[in-house]
Order: sequence, then C-alpha cells, then structure tokens
Amino acid sequence: MKALVCVKRVIDYNVKPRVKSDGTGVDLANVKMSMNPFDEIAVEEAIRLKEKGVVTEIIALSVGPQKAQETLRTALAMGADRAILVQTDDEVEPLAVAKIVKGVAGEEAPGLIITGKQAIDDDSNQVGQMVAALMGRPQGTFANEVTVEGDSVVVKREVDGGLETVKLALPAIVTTDLRLNEPRYASLPNIMKAKSKPLATKAPGDYGVDTAPRLKTLKVSEPPVRSAGIKVPDVDALVAKLKEMGVA
Amino acid sequence: MKTLVWVEHDNASVKDATLAVVTAASKLGEVHLLVAGKGCGAVAEEAAKIEGVGKVHLADDAAYEHALAENVAPLIADLMGHHDAFLAPATTTGKNIAPRVAALLDVMQISDILSVEGEKTFTRPIYAGNAIATVESTDAKLVITVRGTAFAKAAPTGGSGVVEAVSGPSDAGTSSFVGSELAKSERPELTSAKIIVSGGRALKDSETFKQVIFPLADKLNAGVGASRAAVDAGYVPNDYQVGQTGKIVAPEVYIAVGISGAIQHLAGMKDSKTIIAINKDEDAPIFQVADIGLVADLFNAVPELTGKL
Ligand SMILES: Cc1cc2nc3c(=O)[nH]c(=O)nc-3n(C[C@H](O)[C@H](O)[C@H](O)COP(=O)(O)OP(=O)(O)OC[C@H]3O[C@@H](n4cnc5c(N)ncnc54)[C@H](O)[C@@H]3O)c2cc1C
Ligand SMILES: Nc1ncnc2c1ncn2[C@@H]1O[C@H](COP(=O)(O)O)[C@@H](O)[C@H]1O
Repeated sequence: MKALVCVKRVIDYNVKPRVKSDGTGVDLANVKMSMNPFDEIAVEEAIRLKEKGVVTEIIALSVGPQKAQETLRTALAMGADRAILVQTDDEVEPLAVAKIVKGVAGEEAPGLIITGKQAIDDDSNQVGQMVAALMGRPQGTFANEVTVEGDSVVVKREVDGGLETVKLALPAIVTTDLRLNEPRYASLPNIMKAKSKPLATKAPGDYGVDTAPRLKTLKVSEPPVRSAGIKVPDVDALVAKLKEMGVA
Repeated sequence: MKTLVWVEHDNASVKDATLAVVTAASKLGEVHLLVAGKGCGAVAEEAAKIEGVGKVHLADDAAYEHALAENVAPLIADLMGHHDAFLAPATTTGKNIAPRVAALLDVMQISDILSVEGEKTFTRPIYAGNAIATVESTDAKLVITVRGTAFAKAAPTGGSGVVEAVSGPSDAGTSSFVGSELAKSERPELTSAKIIVSGGRALKDSETFKQVIFPLADKLNAGVGASRAAVDAGYVPNDYQVGQTGKIVAPEVYIAVGISGAIQHLAGMKDSKTIIAINKDEDAPIFQVADIGLVADLFNAVPELTGKL
C-alpha cells in the first residue's frame, strides 16, 4: 500500500519568533525555516513501515510556496520516493489543506495518510482530523505506536490521562506525537540521490480547492511579558519566600 | 446565539475541563450541553446543575462510549443544525473531535481560544504562544476549542438545565476502542493543581526523578509535571508533559527543577501566577520568566528544601 505523508515548511523550532511591529504577523524574513518537527516523525514512520514491507511507496506532499520544495527534498532524502508540491504563496488554512490532501488522496489512493499532530507555527492541530472527516475515514490522532495488521491499523494514542489504543479500518489517517519515533538524519549520499527523485508541482485549483481564508486575522500582538523576578541566595531564603506566599 | 458545549466525562462524572468551556460559551449566548456516552445519564444530571446551562442533550449509545471521533462527530454535526457554535475543551478528546466536526460542517475551526472579543472574534496563541492572533470567523457556524486556563470555571452547581435525550447516527463501523492505560495517581491532576513541581532532563532517570521530585510535591500537595526531555527519556509517562504540545497549566505556583526553559516548555506554563526555578546554570532561559530563582545543584537544593518545609 502507498503512504501519503504531509510535510509543512515552518519556522525552525529553535528560532524565537518575533511579532512584526505593524501587528500583521510574525517576521519570517531571513528566518531559518525547516520541516515541521511532527512531520519529520511522520516521514520517519512511513519509512519504517516501508522497511517492514507494509508500505510500498511513500509520497510526500506539501502545500506552500516554491521554497517548500526544500522541505520535500528533505523528505525525499530521508527516504520518501516522490513528492508533490501544491504551490501557492497564500497562507493556506487547515481546512483548505485538508481538502487538497483529500484531492491528492483521490488520485493516489494511499492506504495510510500520515500527518503531524500540529504545525508549530499556527498550532492548529486540525489537518489530519479534517482529512479523515472529508474522506469519511477513521483517524488515529497523537500516535505513540502504529501497527498495521492486515486490513487495519492499531494506533496507540497519547491522551491526557495516559495512553489509549484504537483499531482502525484501512485506509486511515494517522497523526504523529513526539514519542512515535526518532526521525533519522538524511545521509549525504541520500541527499544527493534525493535531487533526482520526482517532484511534481500542482496548484490548489488542480484539486478544485479554493484557498480563500475563512478566518480574518485582525491583529497579531506580543503576549504579555512577565516582569523580571529575583534570585534568592539559598534554600533558606526560598523557604522564607514560600512561607510569605502562604505556600509552606 | 445558541452554543453546544462538549461535556468531557468518563461516563461517571463531569470532568473539570468542561467548566471553563461553559464560561466561554456563555459569552457567546445560550449554553446547551452535549453528554455523549454509554450509561451516562448520571453525568447529564450532574451537567444540568452547572451554572448557566439551558438544555442538556443526552446521547446514550454504545457507539459513543469511548468518544470515538468517527461516531460522535456526525452526531454533533447533526445537532449543529440548530446550534450556532460548537465548543470543546482543548483536551486530547476535544482536539480529536472538534476538527472532525468542523470539516463535516465545512467551517474553519478556531483552536485554543484565549478570549471572546465579539460574536465572531477571538484571540488565540500561535507560534508556541510567542504571538497572540485576533481572528474573526467568516463562517456561518463556529467550531471552537477552548484553553482551560484562560477562562474562569463556571460553578458546578446552582444551574437548572433540562435533560433531553437525543439520538444520532449509529456506529460508523470504521474504528473500535481496544483499551487504555490510564495513569492512576493520588496527586492533584496537572490541569487543576494549585501547585506544580516539574522536573527536567537533569533528573537523570526514573528512579532519581521519583526520589527527588515526588517528596517535594507530596510536601506541597502538588501535581507533578515534566519537560519533554524528561518524558522522552522515560523518567515519567507522556501525560506529565507540560508545554506547547503537552499540557497547558497555570497554577498558583510552578516550580521548575532542572528545566532549561525552552520556548516549547514556556508555552505550557508561563501563565502560572508565580514561577520558581531551580537550576545550576545561572544563564538558563527559565530564569527570564521566573519570579524567584535559585541557582543551585538540584540534588542538594531539592532534598534540603523538602526537609525544611
Ligand atoms: C515539536 C516540538 C515540540 C516540543 N514540545 C515540548 C513540550 O510540550 N514541552 C517541553 O517541555 N518541551 C517540548 N519540546 C522540547 C524543548 O525544545 C526542549 O528540548 C525541552 O523542553 C528541554 O527539556 P529540559 O529543559 O528538561 O532539558 P535541557 O534543555 O537539557 O535542560 C536541562 C537543564 O537542567 C539543568 N541542570 C542540569 N543538571 C542540573 C543539576 N544538577 N542541578 C540543577 N540544574 C541542573 C541544566 O542547566 C539545564 O538548564 C518540544 C520540541 C519540539 C521540537
Ligand atoms: N501547508 C501544509 N502542507 C502540508 N502539510 C500540512 C500543511 N499544513 C498542515 N499540514 C499537515 O497537517 C499537520 C497539522 O497541521 P495543523 O493542523 O496546521 O496544526 C502538520 O503537521 C502537517 O503534517
């Protein structure tokens, strides 16, 4: 079966985002961009399933600007077989991304669609669940362990109280959590090889998807800053503070 | 506006996370609740007593027992025929279900709201809380998840809602619940604890984490949290993780022990009233948000602190 893996180009997780002074958004000019960390985990999981002989072909999909090609090349260097860039310079909301994923899935008929649980820029946590709804297929969100058994997939999920296991009929959608795996680094030879792997470029219109935003961003502002605190010299001073606060 | 609030429960009692969502919903209009589960009549009775609640829709069916999104999302989508907004807590249950509802209704969900600014205008954190966006929905219906720490809890009693049985689509037949491993702890739950003691990578291993962090937490009757690094390394289970992609907490006092203060961690705890940090590196970023900092080796400082309390 094929696996379709969604990868988003986002601000690198090590960069501290800065709000633009005009309040229109976050300054991304000259900022390091990388693959969304949860999507690296998604690519890795697909590769492991291919190594186990469960998955036969891995298709990486990104919706975004031309530069998102770099993100797709990273996925190819890790081990994806081919890539599709649905190119647009607009900011595409999760609902529209989900519709595009559905469109691609309609052509590719993957047995598994793997997305990250959350993009670390918009922090929406929506796309995977939306794809599942639009396709009328089951979802295994926040996956900690994924096991394909015949025509179903067993997903152990990270939930607020601990772990929960569900069994889903394939085709299914899985979204990754942090403990699912540790993504590999692409080796230099694989980075070279990735350059010649196929990367198709499409447009949202090819899938009949209107990317006009449903949410209007009126303003983006800095969060309230915490005022500077104090340092105490030793444990006794900390105990005194806790007593002052009525905690101890 | 008529709102429909997802009641989080375990088929026995209403979970606290529901109460903040009721407060958020009441800012939009009439508050109706949905209790979906199996054998959950008592939950509906309890939910009807929440302050400010009108109708309580009770969907009692084996298909809803484990809140599988495949089964409950179509039920909610049906009920949205006569409601204007669906609100769920930003818990793993809410996050699992709400986007599925939104897509069925063809609306863009507004995730993790911090405030209600108007009928269709909300604030929400983006970029790990390093920016706050004010967004206005242009959709006909609203689908929202609510950050629990951003809204006061509605009073759990005093209301006089009316329970009404509803039925919806039956089991979609595409998913089934296999089992769960839920942590049992005598300590206060993270998202409602007044005091939290969190440990980081510096705690070395599971045994050390227990020996150093738990006694301090027990002395303070505190909940226990952890950084991602501590969870990844297996010191504590996944449900201890505080942060951008873990739990969001805002206790009276948050004590960070051997945690550096990465933005992903700060995203989950920087709205705590008082932050205390113990770290041996005086330049650790955690000190930039700490109200009280102690530069010390935690293996000396924490046992000493526990002993002196
Ligand atoms: C997609 C993504 C999501 C993430 N989500 C989260 C999240 O939700 N929550 C989260 O916490 N992290 C998250 N992270 C990880 C985050 O970036 C950091 O890696 C993590 O928070 C670091 O954990 P730490 O502070 O325990 O470890 P370190 O950064 O290694 O810090 C350990 C600290 O302990 C101190 N120390 C060492 N020994 C001692 C001693 N003897 N006494 C006192 N102090 C000592 C050190 O000075 C250091 O400051 C995420 C990362 C990614 C990429
Ligand atoms: N523009 C995009 N292109 C490809 N995949 C995306 C895009 N946006 C979101 N995704 C996928 O959906 C996941 C969840 O994103 P979100 O719902 O935006 O938090 C991400 O981890 C990606 O796997």
